Amino acid sequence: MTAKPDKYDIVIVGAGPAGSITAKTAAALGSDVLMIEKRQAIGDPVRCAEGVSKPQLKEHIEPDERWIAAEVKGSRIYAPDSTSVELSEDVSGAEVGYTLERKLFDRALANEAALAGAEVRVKTRATGVIIEGGSVKGITAMHLGEECEIRADIVIGADGVESKIGRWAGIDTTLKPSEIETGAQFLVTDIDIDQDFCEFHLGASIAPSGYLWVFPKGNRSANVGLAIGGDVCHQGNRPIDLLRNFVEERYPNGKIIEIVVGGVPTSGPLEEMVTDGLMLVGDAARQSDPLTGGGIINAMDAGRIAGEVAAQAISEGNVSKARLREYETIWRERHGKRLKRSLAVKNRFVTMNDSDLNKLVHSVEGIDFSTMTLFEMLKVLVRKNPRMLISLGKLFV
Amino acid sequence: MIGVNRYKCGYCGACVSVCPIGAVELVETWVEIADDCTECGTCAGVCPIGAIEVLK
Repeated sequence: MTAKPDKYDIVIVGAGPAGSITAKTAAALGSDVLMIEKRQAIGDPVRCAEGVSKPQLKEHIEPDERWIAAEVKGSRIYAPDSTSVELSEDVSGAEVGYTLERKLFDRALANEAALAGAEVRVKTRATGVIIEGGSVKGITAMHLGEECEIRADIVIGADGVESKIGRWAGIDTTLKPSEIETGAQFLVTDIDIDQDFCEFHLGASIAPSGYLWVFPKGNRSANVGLAIGGDVCHQGNRPIDLLRNFVEERYPNGKIIEIVVGGVPTSGPLEEMVTDGLMLVGDAARQSDPLTGGGIINAMDAGRIAGEVAAQAISEGNVSKARLREYETIWRERHGKRLKRSLAVKNRFVTMNDSDLNKLVHSVEGIDFSTMTLFEMLKVLVRKNPRMLISLGKLFV
Repeated sequence: MIGVNRYKCGYCGACVSVCPIGAVELVETWVEIADDCTECGTCAGVCPIGAIEVLK
């Protein structure tokens, strides 16, 4: 291989859905793009429950059976006392539809970025950003143990929950323990579950300040996982302990063929996602939904907008914060209001005890949710429980 | 000091995101703690698997 020039229009740090869509979009518009990934294999290890909405996914990519593990019709939500309410597919909105095989999905997206013309370098970790004259001008990185400098007019941090790119450029992305859901998941196989429905279980003894999920993965298997508030995670009551208890009791004969752990930002999006010569996308910009924890679609949407704005900014020769802010403005117009609502609901939800949660589920028992969205369901909950949810009333008129 | 049990760690990066001074780094399959760590233990608190400890 010939030596690659170490100067690009755009360098993207991280090859998850946010990074790959950004890379694909900007490369297709003619920018000279490099995407780096610190791991040696894109997509692995997985840190995700892998659920995604069908129609929303289709806005970005044509579904391919190679990376779809299962398709679901709807979901059931279980109160602490086991009362359940059933939602059809379009109701659970962003959270069900497909269960992906992220290992293959992420790789397929990276492949699309490469085919669009982006360079890709794996086992390459950013170690810092280069700042000159108050603007970000590139990164320092380590590739196969060798330190190197990669210059670029725009640096895009798609480096996930553990993002450092923003911090290095002066954007404080630190999460408080209450602003992260910490989780564990087993891929459990040889179990009898309804492969047509996702399950969500609520309750302080199951998943305090969070929830437990069962996402069918086909072939008698499912992603069984839970996430809890980072501020209520303690020795002896960590996600791994709670999950082990649930799985031993519920699926005594199940076999665990994968362990997944991860943290999901639930702070709501950053107040500033751009600065001079730099943009943040996906979990790095804390764009995941604070209530559901879903982040794939928000990240892909950010990637598409960021890729377009970055490519335009490059061709205009203006990569100032003011120019790059267009990305943030468009993204916020599309997602800001919904995520603000999700954050308010989550903040109320984490203060509820089991008896409150039982009351909520009982209040909507028997209602036909087959034609409603998650927003509609929350609206009904607010209407049925005006006292308990008084603080949310204005958000659901 | 902060002890990270590499045999337990699932390298998810949750610890990195909560460090108030950015002293934690997820390299590939392990976590490194920088010398400027103040031993506040926030990282240990959020670990989903209990791989981090503040060692006295």
